[in-house]
Amino acid sequence: MGDHHHGPATGITRWLFTTNHKDIGTMYLWFSFAMFLLGGFFAMVIRAELFQPGMQLVEPAFFNQMTTLHGLVMVFGAIMPSFVGLANWLIPMMIGAPDMALPRMNNWSFWILPPAFLMLASTLFMEGGAPAFGWTFYAPLSTTYAAPSVTFFIFAIHILGVSSIMGSINIIATVMNMRAPGMTYMKMPLFVWTWLITAFLLVAVMPVLAGAVTMMLMDIHFGTSFFSAAGGGDPVLFQHIFWFFGHPEVYIIILPAFGVVSQIIPAFSRKPLFGYASMVYATASIAFLSFIVWAHHMYTVGMPVAGELFFMYATMLIAVPTGVKVFNWITTMWRGALSFETPMLFCIGFLILFTLGGFTGLMLSIAPADFQYHDTYFVVAHFHYVMVAGAVFSMTAAVYYWLPKWCGRMYNEAMGKTHFWISFIGFNITFFPQHFVGLAGMPRRIPDYALQFADFNMMSSIGAFIYGASQLLFLYNVIATIVAGKPVSDEKVWDGAEGLEWTLPTPAPYHTFEEPPQVPKPVGTI
Amino acid sequence: MGSLRLSRVPAIDTALKLVTVAVAMFAFVFVVMVPLYNVLCDALGINGKTASQAYTAVSTAVDESRQVTVQFVAINNDDMPWSFSAGERVMRVHPGAANGVVFRAMNPTDAEMVAQAIPSISPSRAAAYFHKTECFCFDQQALAGQAGVDMPLQFIVDQDLPSDIHTITLSYTLFDVTDTVTDGLAVR
Amino acid sequence: MRRVFSGAALTLLAPLAAAQNQVNMSPGVTEIGADIFELHMLIMWICVVIGVAVFAVMFYSMYAHRKSKGHQASQFHESTKVEVAWTVVPFLILIAMAVPATSTLLEVYDNDEAELDVLITGYQWKWKYEYLEASGEPVAFFSNLATPQEEIYNTEQKGENYLLEVDEPLVIPTNTKVRFLITANDVIHSWWVPEIAVKRDAIPGFINEAWTRVPQEGIYRGQCTELCGAYHGFMPVVVHAVSRDEFDAWMAAKRGAAITQAALATQTLPVDELMDQGKAVYDSACLACHGAQGEGGIGNAIAGSALVLGDLSDHMAVVAKGVSGTAMQAFGGQLNDVEMAAVLTYQRNAFGNNTGDVVQPGDVTGMKNG
Repeated sequence: MGDHHHGPATGITRWLFTTNHKDIGTMYLWFSFAMFLLGGFFAMVIRAELFQPGMQLVEPAFFNQMTTLHGLVMVFGAIMPSFVGLANWLIPMMIGAPDMALPRMNNWSFWILPPAFLMLASTLFMEGGAPAFGWTFYAPLSTTYAAPSVTFFIFAIHILGVSSIMGSINIIATVMNMRAPGMTYMKMPLFVWTWLITAFLLVAVMPVLAGAVTMMLMDIHFGTSFFSAAGGGDPVLFQHIFWFFGHPEVYIIILPAFGVVSQIIPAFSRKPLFGYASMVYATASIAFLSFIVWAHHMYTVGMPVAGELFFMYATMLIAVPTGVKVFNWITTMWRGALSFETPMLFCIGFLILFTLGGFTGLMLSIAPADFQYHDTYFVVAHFHYVMVAGAVFSMTAAVYYWLPKWCGRMYNEAMGKTHFWISFIGFNITFFPQHFVGLAGMPRRIPDYALQFADFNMMSSIGAFIYGASQLLFLYNVIATIVAGKPVSDEKVWDGAEGLEWTLPTPAPYHTFEEPPQVPKPVGTI
Repeated sequence: MGSLRLSRVPAIDTALKLVTVAVAMFAFVFVVMVPLYNVLCDALGINGKTASQAYTAVSTAVDESRQVTVQFVAINNDDMPWSFSAGERVMRVHPGAANGVVFRAMNPTDAEMVAQAIPSISPSRAAAYFHKTECFCFDQQALAGQAGVDMPLQFIVDQDLPSDIHTITLSYTLFDVTDTVTDGLAVR
Repeated sequence: MRRVFSGAALTLLAPLAAAQNQVNMSPGVTEIGADIFELHMLIMWICVVIGVAVFAVMFYSMYAHRKSKGHQASQFHESTKVEVAWTVVPFLILIAMAVPATSTLLEVYDNDEAELDVLITGYQWKWKYEYLEASGEPVAFFSNLATPQEEIYNTEQKGENYLLEVDEPLVIPTNTKVRFLITANDVIHSWWVPEIAVKRDAIPGFINEAWTRVPQEGIYRGQCTELCGAYHGFMPVVVHAVSRDEFDAWMAAKRGAAITQAALATQTLPVDELMDQGKAVYDSACLACHGAQGEGGIGNAIAGSALVLGDLSDHMAVVAKGVSGTAMQAFGGQLNDVEMAAVLTYQRNAFGNNTGDVVQPGDVTGMKNG
């Protein structure tokens, strides 16, 4: 046990220069939570303006900046970094490794994020305002017709992409090279599998996003015409390139969430995950299929019918492995010994609401029907179900589940359950009515709407305020836990928890598994 | 992960290989996706984009048994101030026959301007069967202030045009490309 | 002055033409719209049945398999048979869904042999409609949002077609296959009318096709459905489907009006006619940015403006060619000589400007041609 490591350094330099995966994980998690609150604030501005018909609070141009920044901050600042934070904290502990494979690169991967988001946020104060072309930034609205801040937007995206790519390389290198002896791939926890696959997706498609924004930069500043018909280019080319990134991106967002749920449900069912191998193959199938479905975001663009049909069939296919996973989770619960602590509540919420989002996704995949759904609030409802009730609920479950291991203190369970119920109810009040207004004809990205949509919009805004407020309760619970929560010292904080991280002391020491551990029996045996 | 080792340190070896993948995917966008898009659109004729060079195939027999309606549409992009119109708006042609139409453009400003006409065909799958032997869209068109010009289009509709296509619409969008190398931002 | 609370009260009192709080897609009035609606309902019901079944199992388990009730956990954890079953069965259900989806999609793409062609161009932030005919005076016009700014900014009660009304709707005959050729002038827009189930993106430099056959007379309202800049939410689509006779009469009137406008361009018009038409043009094309009293806003003030009070050809140059790098568009291609003369006259004399200048269509034609 004698080691040449010191404990953590003190002061701000600890955080600036740390190469410790736990410290870096912590920074990613706090950063992502701050971004979640910032993106949430933009959402509150949106829902406040949409509370009633008419323009009450902001101008239409500023509203578009809010919708754009809400999307960018939530996707690139909140959701993605939060799961990277989890990966940092958990992957080394789950595979019995002392740290990530490339600890200094790990530090850089995190520290370029705050400047990138500062640059993005600063565009609000630039001449012409922040980006206002939607998080999907289609050309030529984002090239010829964009405000000058678009150049800073492009730089911010480049930096975010570099961070993601470096982080993914680190994850792959760690998982491939640093598993404890005896931990074969098929003995890894599913969270590690989902992150391994996600990391490959990231390495493959973040450069494509970089390519798309570089082409934008060239069109704007260097006289090229990738996306301009005048020079022989095509605005639709932008959409193909963007969605070639964009569709795998949504699986990048959700696969780690699947991994979390696959750890937590068995723990609170006191039963092994059902169909481990099947879950691995299903995750890999989803990742593979995610590369060949991109144009289902473009059904109304004027594609030839053969293309539409191909993308429709391929997209419908993704329902199969996704369904397999849902069935496997429920079968994990079946005949278990279930308890419903906060992490499990959020996972059950995930199961119900993510599946609902999956159903609307199947409806959207049907190309002729999509002519009536595309670019309406039906789509907005769909992706909030899968991303908020999917990814964010999963992330929240993860924090409640692992926080005691991280800091050695238990959160307040009653407050946690309250947070769950207010979130669940608030979320549904916000987003369920959006299916209705979308089907009734309300387009996306509009600051004002016709009168027949008024009541459901008011309801949606009220739900949003409720959901937003409950996140402050969560913040309070987390801080109160870390500062003054009831101390917990059992290694297995949860009696049903399995995995190498639950063999470590609680709180987990600064350095763990400096000697490789004995790998536990294969998953699925007791 | 392959038999080529880029480093003796396994983690760095993995990392370098992945960096190569990342760089390759970035290059893939420029070197594969863009040309592939253009090639597929041209080869399959599915973008509604017609060829950007003159068609020079051997003359074919005219199919007298069938007539196709060809419609001409002239559009100005954005702030393009030229007047731009088709001499004839609709023609009925036989596949295989050579036909022509003249478009008229006039620059009403006092300054010289340069325009580029961009064609688009509807239905898009007809583009592969619409051959232009001479088109003003192949080149940029400069016009002095107050000057006008007649711009010819010579075309042949291919005999193999699918039988379920009865109407082809050819539109030209006229773009102002006078400032082809400036910062293209226009705040709206 | 925005008055939020009175705005709320006014909203609740406004009578409504469209179905309030509609929760489902409308089958609309066309055959293809009905087919799409049927497909939507089929998929939805399949999802409902599967969802209910799956969640019933889960809720049962949450009740019956609780640790607190003493249930002991089993340890089974895999079954190849079951995995195969719940892979194959959903796959078969998907094939069943794909069949009607394919046939409906092929209907959507059947644009050939239309009886009437309309060129639709999306502009920031209005639509232009042009009837493509072999000969004769072209019928083309812009279709602008007609909802007054006062309603949007809550100083007046909102009308029943708030944000879904235009000055010049698209008029088409019933029971006629109409083909839409859709393009855009600047950025990508999208033209959508839910009740006829047509949505197609408008892409600058390219044309897209769509078609419809509307069996029933009526007014059908839709909106732009692709983010296109600040006023994306303020460029509605309104289609009037009328009988063939009514359509022919309307077209004849439109052609006549075009000829009349062309004729007017050579006449000397009375100042009050110019001011009336000028105000109409100003309200529809200028007001949103330059203010109802010419006070400015997104655009510069017209009242007291040095440009407007100064040299006429400078004033017209700005209106006709716009100001590159700003939100001021080039209206030269959107206003004919009579409309241009009228709005210039109005701007130079309204809002206290009182220059006494009267701009005739002939002056405009003269300035355009040097």
